[in-house]
This record gives sequence, structure tokens and C-alpha cells, in this order.
Amino acid sequence: MLQYIIKRLLLAIPILIAVVTLVFFVVRMAPGDPAQVILGDSASQESLSALRGELGLDRPILVQYGEFLFSILKGDLGTSIIRKQSINAMVAEVLPYTIELTLAGVLLGVILGLPLGVFSAVFRNSVADYVVRIFSLIGLSFPAFYSGILLLLAFSVHLGWFPVISDPDMGNLGERLYMLVLPAMNLGLIMMAYVVRSSRSSLLETLGEDYIRTAKAKGLPGFIVLYKHALKNAMIPVITIVGLYLGVLVGNSVLTEIVFNRPGLGKLILSALDERDYNLLQGLMVIYALIIVLVNLITDLTYGMVDPRIRKQ
Amino acid sequence: MNTFSRLKHLGMETYHVFNRNKTSWVGLLLLMLLVILALFAPIIAPHNPVEQNIIQRLQPPSSQFLLGTDYYGRDVLSRIIWGCRVSFVIGSVSVAAAMFFGTLLGSVAGYRGGYFDNFVMGVMDVLMSIPTLLMGLLIVAILGPNQANLIIALALTMVPRFARIARAPTIAAKNKTYVEACQAMGFSDIRVLVVHIFPNILGELMVMGSMWMATAVRTEAALSFIGLGVKPPTATLGGMIREGFKDIMSAPWASLYPGLVILLIVFAANLLGDGLRDALDPKLRNEN
Repeated sequence: MLQYIIKRLLLAIPILIAVVTLVFFVVRMAPGDPAQVILGDSASQESLSALRGELGLDRPILVQYGEFLFSILKGDLGTSIIRKQSINAMVAEVLPYTIELTLAGVLLGVILGLPLGVFSAVFRNSVADYVVRIFSLIGLSFPAFYSGILLLLAFSVHLGWFPVISDPDMGNLGERLYMLVLPAMNLGLIMMAYVVRSSRSSLLETLGEDYIRTAKAKGLPGFIVLYKHALKNAMIPVITIVGLYLGVLVGNSVLTEIVFNRPGLGKLILSALDERDYNLLQGLMVIYALIIVLVNLITDLTYGMVDPRIRKQ
Repeated sequence: MNTFSRLKHLGMETYHVFNRNKTSWVGLLLLMLLVILALFAPIIAPHNPVEQNIIQRLQPPSSQFLLGTDYYGRDVLSRIIWGCRVSFVIGSVSVAAAMFFGTLLGSVAGYRGGYFDNFVMGVMDVLMSIPTLLMGLLIVAILGPNQANLIIALALTMVPRFARIARAPTIAAKNKTYVEACQAMGFSDIRVLVVHIFPNILGELMVMGSMWMATAVRTEAALSFIGLGVKPPTATLGGMIREGFKDIMSAPWASLYPGLVILLIVFAANLLGDGLRDALDPKLRNEN
């Protein structure tokens, strides 16, 4: 197992470096001079070259790249060119909000999706199965910003159960959780659609295996075959669902934060875009890449722990 | 078999695949309907999609404006019809480009093997580790929001998915006796790849193409919603939601109807992909 962990860790490092490199060079492709963007069109040549020197833009691009890579390795994401704040501090301030939103969304998706997926597989080709399948397909077709708007309209505007503008910093833990309900529901309902589909197809595949037939042939009651024999194995692929749909989840969390006006990495990206703060944009992309590589690593390791066959491959 | 009978065979095969699963018909018909709407936008759209009329702004749906008007007094229905065009152009061109380059890279990498294979698949792994929305956001924010950059950004994230689909069967096929026979007869690598390996992955490419089309349309809409779509006054579905969001309390029609159409396009493409996959998967073939 240790060997497997080390192998996976070593595989994650080059991917992370390559993503950081890609982000660095794409950001450098921005048309125009960043110093000009910051100081505006009326800036004098002296102030422009002074700022270029301050930002390190007058040095060769490979030197800049080397420095960027080195500071990332030290854990320093640099400084925002517009707000003049440390990007690390800015990320640290909002990261908990994004994490709590995403975790709540995943949790909700799994809690609601698993039973529905099992139900749909057990009653395969029934009317109920058909309904669940159509609804899960609609669920994963929903753009997260649109479902967010619909939830806001229904629960905040029409029913008045939740405030239209939520500020998670207001009040105690209870109020913070209360503010989390709608955004988490938005992420969770879409996640649920993915969970329903993968648990259904995974269970259907397991139910067709020989050992299930053997268990049935032994005369075991249906629910014991289902719970003791089939479900255990069918749930293994479900663990990886978070890893598989991580890209969707990250994108949806950005959109959810924007629609619900919640603080978080997604909102920070939006302000980096509005202010044309390329340093901040670059830093946030690196953070997202790090999160994705880490979560993929964790799901792979969990998968390896649950299923010994994976470790041996 | 000559080219004509080969095409006829492929057509029949596709028809049978569709007939095996009725949901793919529903998805295809729904998608065709929306494509026709987009294709004939100049004839079908009742009003000019960019013409502003401040006096008529934020009008609720009526016989004159079937789905109401937006903040600038533009007809929502006409803008939706024209917006479908942008969605379909960006969605289909990015998927086609990704499918072409991905299949090419994946099959050549699988066929050649060695360092080339390792390098190509390494690059693909890196591209795949960046979520579609973030890649789109990065590229469009840096290079500027226009149709070409949106297509490049979306295609870049989709290329690895097609490369992976093309690579595995190529590796499996290249050691088969019939491929060795082709090589022994002196057929070129391109001929072996196109004539003998490509038909094996066509089905899966169709499934993936349809499902990634759904993702591309959804991502384009999301980028437009963020403000990184094709620039106004061009009508885009995501852009309409962005503009209508401000007046959501007083004029919900300006943002809710465009959203519904995005949902319809994505749902239809997913339904088609789902149906095709079920029909092509031998395990599921008799169950659905």
C-alpha cells in the first residue's frame, strides 16, 4: 500500500508542475502591457518602466517563470497587482466558504442520490425507474447558474424562506448553516443526478455477476443478496464519483457562488476578471489545480484501499 | 466493398443502433428541431434580435412579443432563436475540432507507442486535470471573449477525452492478425488506421461527441453568464440570462426562457448520447 501511495504521489507532481507552467504561459499571452493596464493610458513612460521593474516584468520570461515556479514551491502565490495584498491571505480568507459549500453539496448529493440509484436499479424498467432516470438526466443537464436562479426565485422570492442576499459572516453557526442551505442544495441536486446514474449502473452490473446468481441459487432472500452481496461491491465505483465529476463540481461551485453572491474562490475569480488582476487569476488557477490533484489523489488512494486489485495494477 | 456500399452499410448500422433505443430518437428529434430553429433564424425570428426599443422595454409576454421583451425592448423570442445559433456553432465546431484532433493524436500515439505515446498522453493528462469551465475562463479572459477563442478553449479541454477513446482500441487492434497482415502487405499506417481501426471506435465517438456537445453548450452558456461570452449586442443564451438577471423580480421572462432553452439543448444532446450508449453497449442492449 505504501508503494502505491508513493507511486501516486510521484505521478501527481509532474501534472501539477505542468498545469502551473500552462497557466503561467497562458497568462503571459495576454495582449497589452500589464503595467499599462494598472496605470491606465495616461501614465508616463517613467512610471510605466518603474512599475515594470517593480513587478519584475522587465526580466526575461524564463527568469520570471523560474521565479514563479520557485515561489509556488515555497507555497507563495505572490501578490495581487491591483489590491496589493498577498494572494495566500486572500485565498485563506475565502477558502473555508468554498470548502463548506462543496462538502455540503457532495454530502447532500450522495445522501439523496444513493437510495434513489439503488431503488432505480432494483425496480429496473418499472415506471418509477423510468421517472428517476429522466429526472436524473434533466438534473445533469441543468446549468448550475440557471438552477441557482430558479432556487432563488422559488425559495427566496416567492416562498420567502431564505434571504435573497445571503451573507454567511452574519450571526452564529446556526445562521451560517441556514445561509448554506440553498447554495448547497443547488450543488447537491446536480451532484445527486450523477450519483443516481452511477450507483444505478454500477448496481445493475453487479447484479448480473455469477456470484449473485449463486447467492440467489442458494435460496438467500432477495434483500440479503442485495444488501450483503451486491451493494458492497457496487458501491466501490461510487467512491470515485467525486473524483470523476470533480471538474463539474468545481465549475458548479464557481457558478453557485456567483449566483448566490457568496464569498469563495469563485467570487474571487470573478473579481480578478473584473479588475484584470492576472496575478490573482494565475494564483487562483494554481490553487484550483492543487485542489483537483489532491482530491484525485485521495479518491485514488481510497479506491486502492477498498479494492486490493487496483493496488496491484 | 466499394465506398458507396460501405457508406450504405454504415448508414444502416446507425439506423439500427437508433432503433434499438427509442430515447435516442427523442433526443435526436428534439435536437434537430432546435437546430432547424437556429438554422432558419432569419426566417423564423419574428423581430430583429438586436433592435432596441426603449418604449417597449420589459414588456410581459403578449401576442406581439410571445416571450416578452428585455431591458432594451428587444424581443426575447427572437434573441433566443438567434442565441441558439451561437450555442450550436460553438458547441458543434468545438466538439468536431476536439474529435478530429483527439482521435488523430490518440490513435497515432497508440499505434506508434513508445516515447511519442508517453509524451502525448502526458500532455493529455495535464489538459484533462483542468476543469472545462476554468480552462474556458482562463483562455477567454486572457485572449478576449470571441467565438474563435471560446471554440479553442472548449476544444482544448475535450481533445484528451477523444484521444483516450481512440488510443485504447488502437493498441488492442494493432497486434491483431488482420492488422499485421495489412502491414505485411505494405499498406500505409494511415490506411490501416482509417480503414481498419477507425470503424471500431466510431460508435463510441458518436456517444462521446453527443455528450460533450451537451457540456460544450452548457459551458459556453456559463461563460456568457459570467460575462466572457460572445460580446453584446450579439444574442447568446447565457448572455441573455446575465442581462435579465438584474430584472429577475420584475421581468423573469427575460432570463427564465433563455435558460429553459439551454436546458432543452443540453438535455436533448444528453438523451441522444445516453440512448446511443445503451444501444451500442452489448451488456445493456437487451435490458433497456
